[in-house]
Amino acid sequence: MRKLRHWGPGLLLLSPSLILLAVFVYGLIAWTTKVSVSDEHNALGSKGFVGLENYTKLFTNDINDRFTHSLKNLLIFTVVFLVGAMFFGLLWAFILERGIKAEGFFRTVYLFPMAVSFVASGVVWRWLMNPNKGESAGGLNSVLGGLGLDFLQNTWWTNPDWGMAAMAIPAIWQLSGYVMALFLAGFRGIPQELREAAAMDGASTYRLYRNVIFPQLTPVALSALIILGHMSMKMFDLIMSVSGPQWLTEVPAIYVWQTLLTSDYAKAAAISIILLLLVAVVIVPYLIYTNRQEKNA
Amino acid sequence: MAFSPVKGGGRGGRTGFTRRAAVAAVGVAALLTATACGSSDDSSGGGSGSTKVEVFTWWADGGEKAGLDGLVKQFGTDCAGQTFENGAVAGGAGANAKSVLASRLQQNDPPDTFQAHAGAELQDYINAGQIEDLSADYDSWGLKQAFPQGLIDNLTVDGKIYSVPANIHRANVVWTNKKVLADAGITKDPTDMAGFIADLDKVKAKGIQAPLAVGKDWTQLMLFESVLITDLGADKFTGLWTGATDWNDAGVTKAINDFKTLLTYTNKDRDALDWTDAEKLVMDGKAAYQLMGDWEAADLDAKKFTDYAWFTFPGNGDTFQWLADSFVLPKGAKNAEGTKCWLKTVGSDAGQKAFNTTKGSIPARTDAKPADYPKYQQAAMADWKSFKQVPSCAHGSACSQGWQGAANSALGKFSTNQDVAELQKAMATAASEFVKK
Repeated sequence: MRKLRHWGPGLLLLSPSLILLAVFVYGLIAWTTKVSVSDEHNALGSKGFVGLENYTKLFTNDINDRFTHSLKNLLIFTVVFLVGAMFFGLLWAFILERGIKAEGFFRTVYLFPMAVSFVASGVVWRWLMNPNKGESAGGLNSVLGGLGLDFLQNTWWTNPDWGMAAMAIPAIWQLSGYVMALFLAGFRGIPQELREAAAMDGASTYRLYRNVIFPQLTPVALSALIILGHMSMKMFDLIMSVSGPQWLTEVPAIYVWQTLLTSDYAKAAAISIILLLLVAVVIVPYLIYTNRQEKNA
Repeated sequence: MAFSPVKGGGRGGRTGFTRRAAVAAVGVAALLTATACGSSDDSSGGGSGSTKVEVFTWWADGGEKAGLDGLVKQFGTDCAGQTFENGAVAGGAGANAKSVLASRLQQNDPPDTFQAHAGAELQDYINAGQIEDLSADYDSWGLKQAFPQGLIDNLTVDGKIYSVPANIHRANVVWTNKKVLADAGITKDPTDMAGFIADLDKVKAKGIQAPLAVGKDWTQLMLFESVLITDLGADKFTGLWTGATDWNDAGVTKAINDFKTLLTYTNKDRDALDWTDAEKLVMDGKAAYQLMGDWEAADLDAKKFTDYAWFTFPGNGDTFQWLADSFVLPKGAKNAEGTKCWLKTVGSDAGQKAFNTTKGSIPARTDAKPADYPKYQQAAMADWKSFKQVPSCAHGSACSQGWQGAANSALGKFSTNQDVAELQKAMATAASEFVKK
């Protein structure tokens, strides 16, 4: 009874959100899992349990290896996006941290693209990344042509091998500012005493950053990577508005959508679960890590 | 600008649980329950003995909305006592509507009638037992005589007909820019593949890099289907979708190679374009030809571009590749009687006229008066009567939605690598997966 008085009220307070989460998140994950091991391939409904057949088919028996192709696209996109956004975010944060004039102004300028929705910016980038070259060039290609930099003209996202790298450009543009903000907060969180101590020890600026500041930023970098990483893996709206759903730029999230539109619920559920697992592989170790850190603190 | 903290630094509340907090918690819970209840009972209007006919479409604006309005007016006169209820869901070329419809059908809350592409795209609904057989009504409304036999054959599934087409569009039409053709000295329409390629070369010699304009995957699928009709003939082409013709057939290989040749005359940025972007290439004189459905006529007219002409895809002869929007009677419709009256109006001469003169399509009936229609439609109506009807996969009259998705994806890949054997294998696999399912 005493115990109940201890945790009971807290539980009561949490219960609405717990119930909502249980039903709308975990309940639906369970339901999706159930659909993914059924043979509900059309509006007819399920006739039975087929085990992992939907999953193995995705990897071994999909027409034109469509699913593995979408995974490959996702991999290229994610790597380029993460590297690009981390690089520019860190660079800008570093410059601002060095005490540039009008910091507030530049901070806003860099962060602002984040306020634009992927759909809106995607439509603009669709036009900017027009794949025509030479005479009929448009968007970025015509700018490059006008500057006499014709050799830089590019087929952008329509390139069959590296198109997804071009697709990452709008995402980098949009989220570098956010990474910058994270890093800037990280820089500001480092106590002034550490810098002073390093200065007292006669450390050069390079040494100061290399051995004192950057190690302190590791948790921030990790958080940024996780946040961007899970966004990247679920990327849908940007690609839908730049290229629309099509083979060239298909990623698992778009494949799910395409499959759902054709009423192949089992296959769509299987892809969703794989996507969930992929994101979980990244998120769960991070959650464990932060949990441990907090306990230690 | 507020940055979210990197690590949640929420201080654990050790301050004990106050009565006020408990009241708040209960209040929140009560509120949630209340809203949950509140939202559940506003969709259940109607009830039995309803005189409302809810017509579910994705015709929310433009010529389609105007066509629907015309149909509604006719419905008002033909079916006194019934009221039309507009259940249109806009956006996504029907994609939004289809997903709303799928969930309503699953919850056994069907609209009184809904729009669907006639033909194989209905297969999923038929399999699921979600729509009613209308064969008997076809007889009583005289539609079997009014529609051409080819259409009746394409519509019939296991001896039953499930939908009433409101209009007919034609897919295998090539649209041209007259001025570009005149500059290249082309005066006659090509009638076979060799002639077409010779003409494409002539236009190319005039400095037009990409004489044939195409867009992304589904527009390429349309072009590919036309080439298939040319190389296989109408019957074997229809057989591809019913399982009677093998996709590994040598004729298909030839068609894929011809299609590959045609792609060399097309714009390099094709995967980045929609059909209207490709249409613009023709309008701007940057291309001479575009294969597209005959809604292009209405669109070109709307864009005030008059210097266009059209011909049937070379080698298609007297084949009319059709697609149609149609209406069905769902199982469990609240007002089946009203729906039947709606369907009768849709199939009637007056209804088809009211709809098609505004939407820019042609009536499915062969007894319609051509004088009521604009120039392109008059020509198409004459062809509709005498030509052989074949269905289209890109527009759902030949294949189910799943098959269509697989075909689009395969064409999208072919656009990037032009691997003939791979496309044939992909199409054959898709056929084995989807035929008669």
